[in-house]
Amino acid sequence: MRKAIERHDVVVVGGGPAGLAAAIAAREAGADDVLVLERDSQLGGILNQCIHNGFGLHTFKEELTGPEYAARYVDRADELGVARRLGTMVVDISAGRVVTTVSAAEGVTRIAAGAVVLAMGCRERPRGALATPGHRPAGIYSAGTAQRLVNMEGQLPGREVVILGSGDIGLIMARRMTLEGAHVACVAEIMPYSGGLKRNIVQCLDDYGIPLLLSHTVVDIEGRRRVEAVTIAEVDEGLRPIAGTEVRHPCDTLMLSVGLLPENELSRSAGVELSAVTRGPVVDQDLQTSVPGIFACGNVLHVHDLVDFVSQEAAVAGLQAARYARGPQTPDDSRGIPVVAAEGVRYTVPSHVDPDRMGDSLTVRFRVDNEYRDRHVSVYLDDRRVQHRRRRIMAPGEMEQVVLRRPDLLAHEGLSRITVKLEEA
Amino acid sequence: MYDVAIIGAGASGCSIARELSRLDCSICVVEREEDVCCGTSKANSAIVHAGFDAKPGSLMARLNVEGNRLMRAWASELDFDLMPVGSLVVCTDEGATDGLEVLRRRGETNGVPDLRIIGRDELVSMEPNVSDAAVAALWAPTGCIVDPFGLTVALAENAAANGVEFRFNAAVTDITGSGDHWLVTAGGQTIEARAVVNAAGVYADAIHALFIAAAGATSPAAPVAVGAGLTVPAEPLTIVPRKGEYYLLDTTAGRHVRHTVFTLPTAMGKGVLVSPTVHGNLIVGPTATDVEDKEATQTTAEGLAELAARCSIAVRDVPLREVITTFAGLRAHQAAHDFVIGELEAAAGLFDCAAIESPGLTSAPAIGVLVSGLVAGRLGLVSKTEGAFDPVRHGIPDLERLDLDEWDALCRRDPAYGSVVCRCRRVSEAQIVDVIHRVPPATSLDAIKRRTNAMMGRCQGGFCTPKVMEVLVRELGVAPEEVTKCGPGSELVMGRIKDGTAMPPEGLGGGGPR
Repeated sequence: MRKAIERHDVVVVGGGPAGLAAAIAAREAGADDVLVLERDSQLGGILNQCIHNGFGLHTFKEELTGPEYAARYVDRADELGVARRLGTMVVDISAGRVVTTVSAAEGVTRIAAGAVVLAMGCRERPRGALATPGHRPAGIYSAGTAQRLVNMEGQLPGREVVILGSGDIGLIMARRMTLEGAHVACVAEIMPYSGGLKRNIVQCLDDYGIPLLLSHTVVDIEGRRRVEAVTIAEVDEGLRPIAGTEVRHPCDTLMLSVGLLPENELSRSAGVELSAVTRGPVVDQDLQTSVPGIFACGNVLHVHDLVDFVSQEAAVAGLQAARYARGPQTPDDSRGIPVVAAEGVRYTVPSHVDPDRMGDSLTVRFRVDNEYRDRHVSVYLDDRRVQHRRRRIMAPGEMEQVVLRRPDLLAHEGLSRITVKLEEA
Repeated sequence: MYDVAIIGAGASGCSIARELSRLDCSICVVEREEDVCCGTSKANSAIVHAGFDAKPGSLMARLNVEGNRLMRAWASELDFDLMPVGSLVVCTDEGATDGLEVLRRRGETNGVPDLRIIGRDELVSMEPNVSDAAVAALWAPTGCIVDPFGLTVALAENAAANGVEFRFNAAVTDITGSGDHWLVTAGGQTIEARAVVNAAGVYADAIHALFIAAAGATSPAAPVAVGAGLTVPAEPLTIVPRKGEYYLLDTTAGRHVRHTVFTLPTAMGKGVLVSPTVHGNLIVGPTATDVEDKEATQTTAEGLAELAARCSIAVRDVPLREVITTFAGLRAHQAAHDFVIGELEAAAGLFDCAAIESPGLTSAPAIGVLVSGLVAGRLGLVSKTEGAFDPVRHGIPDLERLDLDEWDALCRRDPAYGSVVCRCRRVSEAQIVDVIHRVPPATSLDAIKRRTNAMMGRCQGGFCTPKVMEVLVRELGVAPEEVTKCGPGSELVMGRIKDGTAMPPEGLGGGGPR
């Protein structure tokens, strides 16, 4: 028997840092009925397994652990009376914003949402996606899975560890495993630069004497039942292993930190247009996706480096979702002015801007495609350069941003394109 | 004392067990691994071949066509996934289309129905992503795709429901004769049986050698020809593990082709198959490399590179960036390239079911019928009393295919159906608990994966592995460090943090901080 469809003003899919900040902002913007849907049995998302500190420096000017950072938002959500359903998985979102959930408590439920905020986060790229040759034994863990086992379940995944990939979770886990008495032989990174934050390389590898092998990858995994050894080789400029450079490392565990992928299967079901670069939704200045009334924020939109920026971004999505739910804006066919990523800039979020509808200023976030020293980040309105800011060091592992000012955009007659790029001088 | 001991719980062994369970006899299946479907049966193309490849008159040809026909009937009776997508053999060389005609005639001789050669236009309309070089194809509508795990597990569960016993982690180390029966030593225990079936996959040559030794030492009974029974000479047999490597692509690529697409070998080289799977993925493979090590199921850089190069011969733009895993399987290849099935000439009651390479999976049902018939003839087995054999087996619900109201109804019956453990393949806790308590049970991550598809999706268990471990710990009443990926030796964790490093592993020089 089909149950009646429920109605809620703003439905937030995911109760991690992005979902919490979006829900809070939506409530603060006046949405009465905000509902967070979370698969896990508690709010906070991946922050709950990030027991190290370093969260919240920008937002709270102090170094919190992941659970502490999450607790600040959970407390605020409680104060504001944000509704939540835990142990609840969203299985479908329609373009008409009907959200279908399933849970042990309620079975299958349909919710008609005034606005939807996508905040599903991301997943780790698995070993299989790398097509790393070798056996498929026990002892191969993505770093986040290992982090969950250690920090949430209290289980030790291995004693002699090699880490492939220098993403932040891998760096954090190198330190964590060392502190638990395991030995981390090395971190191999196929690229000539790290994928993680500089501070994590210093605090998690350098401080513990764990070597970071740049331009190295795993070329073989031995062990039919449990990992027995991995072979690491240097790679050439084309990322191909160089014969003769192989070194075999006996170990029982291989951890992978080789990239995060925005989890957009639900976005796809709603017909949301996705970017081939970020694998997240294409959004405008309001973080609204190509489907009206569906907004996106956090790692489902693009993978962030710091949670503080996730929270900031999510607040924009929550605010705009509340506005949309109150009364949809008049449909607007024009997508606004495209923001073009060029010359060293991989992508920008948002990817288009409507100067008439933006606030006084707009933060555009982006990542660079390589390590750069002494470059300028430039913003062009058509062919006119309006910003030119020198940056001493930029790296793919760290998110960058520029701030667009509304008066600049409005002053530029016939504006057809905003370009963000890197320049020598 | 059993009437029959079957060595090997792959598709062949389980099919033989299931067919024998129709008869009034006692049966024991012994398996060296911790579960059914751990060898060749689990790592292959998952295709039900139409039957145009095998040499006319061979056992392969006969059992392939019979197996194809039976497989369709068994899929509904035993509730495993089979999709009649049909297969295409694509020719990419204008001068080589004769090859398609050769295949068509061979298929007709073998008894394959409805084969037809189609031209480029029809091919493109059927298979829009076929390569630009494609000129014609052989269309075989009886080709299917199947869930090889589902097939094997279904056969095993139905066999068990009809009285067959299974012993796992029981590698056969010795076989001897004793009066009117045989003694099989497996996993340190001795099993007595009147007949023994060798369905040991890549190890069938080793078991065959034990057969010959046992027959030479003492023979329980003078061999007597049984009807038109097949026999196998008491000569050494060599099974060469022939490695096949594969890419498995995400469900986002699952509709890149609609049929199983083979490539007609031409001067341009031998292509590989590109096919949808019953799980909605796209499979690309296999390579074919003879190896010595019967455990060499690792993928290789060379093999994967070869696949990447060859998959585009018949199909364009195969989206290899969507790969979610790679794997390799070993075919039990024998030089004569035909199945070796029959009773050992030197002894009564020792049956080989060896060299079961492609189309072995397809042939599994027919192999079960054939071998059970041979054994029944030797032992004089008769059918069980009316109604004592139940041919029907029910699988677990597939939440990906249920409509939402049906799913809701399941949640009302058991709320654990609403507790989703594997998000990528939509698997709930209820299904996982179900398979843990079936017979034979799923007691490892891989066993659960084969039965439920959990951990088989795009994140490859990144999110749900800890959750599945937790369910195993609870349901089996074991400690976390006893939970394995695929049986003893594949434990997933070392113990509680801090405690876990107390015992340095042998050979690794200790695990303490250095």
